[in-house]
Amino acid sequence: MSTTMSESGIAVRQRARRMVLLQRTLGQVALYLLVAAVSVLFLFPWLWLISTSLKSPEQIIAVPPQLLPNPVMWINYYYGVTFVDFPRYMLNTLIIATSVMLARIVSCTLVAYALSIVDWPGRPILFALVLATMMLPGQVTLIPLFIIYSRLGWVNTFLPLTLPALFGDAFFIFLMRQFFVTIPRDLVDAARMDGASHFDIYLRVVMPLARPALATLVAFTFIWTYNDFMGPLIYLKDRDLWTLSLGMQGFTQRYGAGGTALGAMMAAATLYTLPMIVLFLAAQQTFIRGIVTTGLK
Amino acid sequence: MATSVEASPILRRPRWSKRAQREFIAGLLFSAPWLIGLVVFIAYPMITTLYYSLTRYEIPLEPRWIGWKNYVDLFTGDRFFPKVLYNSAFLTFIGIPAQLVFALLCALLLNLKVRGQVIWRTIYILPTLMPPVALALLWRWILNPELGLVNNALKAIGITGPLWFASPLWSKPSIIIMQMWAVGAMTIIYLAALQGVPQELYEAAEIDGASTTQQFWSITLPLISPVTLFQLITGVIWSLQFFTEAYIIGGAGTSPGAPEGSLLFYGLYLYVQAFQYLNMGYAAAMAWILFAITALVTWLLLRVSRRWTSYDLV
Repeated sequence: MSTTMSESGIAVRQRARRMVLLQRTLGQVALYLLVAAVSVLFLFPWLWLISTSLKSPEQIIAVPPQLLPNPVMWINYYYGVTFVDFPRYMLNTLIIATSVMLARIVSCTLVAYALSIVDWPGRPILFALVLATMMLPGQVTLIPLFIIYSRLGWVNTFLPLTLPALFGDAFFIFLMRQFFVTIPRDLVDAARMDGASHFDIYLRVVMPLARPALATLVAFTFIWTYNDFMGPLIYLKDRDLWTLSLGMQGFTQRYGAGGTALGAMMAAATLYTLPMIVLFLAAQQTFIRGIVTTGLK
Repeated sequence: MATSVEASPILRRPRWSKRAQREFIAGLLFSAPWLIGLVVFIAYPMITTLYYSLTRYEIPLEPRWIGWKNYVDLFTGDRFFPKVLYNSAFLTFIGIPAQLVFALLCALLLNLKVRGQVIWRTIYILPTLMPPVALALLWRWILNPELGLVNNALKAIGITGPLWFASPLWSKPSIIIMQMWAVGAMTIIYLAALQGVPQELYEAAEIDGASTTQQFWSITLPLISPVTLFQLITGVIWSLQFFTEAYIIGGAGTSPGAPEGSLLFYGLYLYVQAFQYLNMGYAAAMAWILFAITALVTWLLLRVSRRWTSYDLV
């Protein structure tokens, strides 16, 4: 087939453009495939968790494993919350988490205020101390504190887990301080000119502005207290005082790791994780900002 | 207008003006909670731990001074201690870099122009939200040698899977795999860092004819290096204290950190010594060594990183 020069030129250009387009499309397809493949990797354990939580004991031990539960054993969720005293553990966990949260909202912001708004000579030293204690391993203070709490008769109470929060926490003091220093100085100065005391400024100017940082404090305090295992393990011996983390562990102790209790255990694990997911979906921005600014999970 | 007190140089006292005094008192009052906390919950227990570490202290007996013996015993007489150090070093030097690399790869993937980023990001971050106890229980089941998901999937393609948590050789890699699933927080931090890299730099590099790979090595990686350093330090601190999953999977009973002590990490061994053998003096010595190692590693990382971390480019 013969063509004129100009016609072939157009054809070549069109073909080149089509090639680029094709390449770009293929690249896009490959990219989405890769993102989706990694997502499947991340999602599969969740599917496995939920699927196991709905399986009958016979189906759990079936080889090869089947993904879809048949029959669907909703009763596992009933077993999950009754084999161990799930509601009570949930209540205990919430009592501890709420106490720590409330105590920290007050204590950490007060100290952060002294580290950012109040202009006094102790500030740099105190700030250095806060930074220095942030990376202190908890184990270095654990043993004497345990001995003191034992002598006070506080083992088997929530006090060792909640009371220290009244005295602040280096990490959250740092977090709040970083937020307080971004508050425009003019606002504080104007309030001072009007004769407001530091406490007024703290309560009426700084705290209302600090809501986003407080949300981070609340969210992460809740997560860490909810997840904490070592603290409750050391201080809560009495079954009635257990938190969910101990209750989940108690499940294994009582019913073993495998076999028939597994469906109920996975159901309990699902219910144990659910509040975290709900909280995350409800306050995604707070979580993401929290993770990015604090660098911690 | 009335003359203000501040304006008159004669009336202003050299250092401690009324205002400065007020500020000082306010500073003390506002920081009082933590000042008390510092003494009661940090300084006193730290010093006491140091004292206990030099005693034989098996509660409820009283502590008895034995000098450096606990430290000497740990390094010369304890057949578990070298293994404990090895286990924790394994988790630190292999686990943390593996997590960092994987997190960075995930973040790079999410940072490409993919539609529906919020959904993908949520999927990647969800595992981070699982409480450690639930995480350990779930993965022990997923990696169950006969009935687990992974080994059956491997069997389907003709591979006999290892015993995972039940094998002394595979138990630590299994822990690392489990942690890599929950790498979402690190990924989000990296993603934020990647989005903070100025777009002009890439455009300029593009004009100079730099390939995507070259751009990654000479723009992206150096610019996010402070974040890498930060994550490395927090990761190392976390891994040295690693406890919950090790306790759930390895156990703390008669053969702690099973199988064969391969999951006996530093945090777990310290717990076993303190709260099962009630060897408070010995555990106190371990706590101070942990503190020293943490401080040393952090200092080393900060020092060495001066060579590869750049703060000026941003």
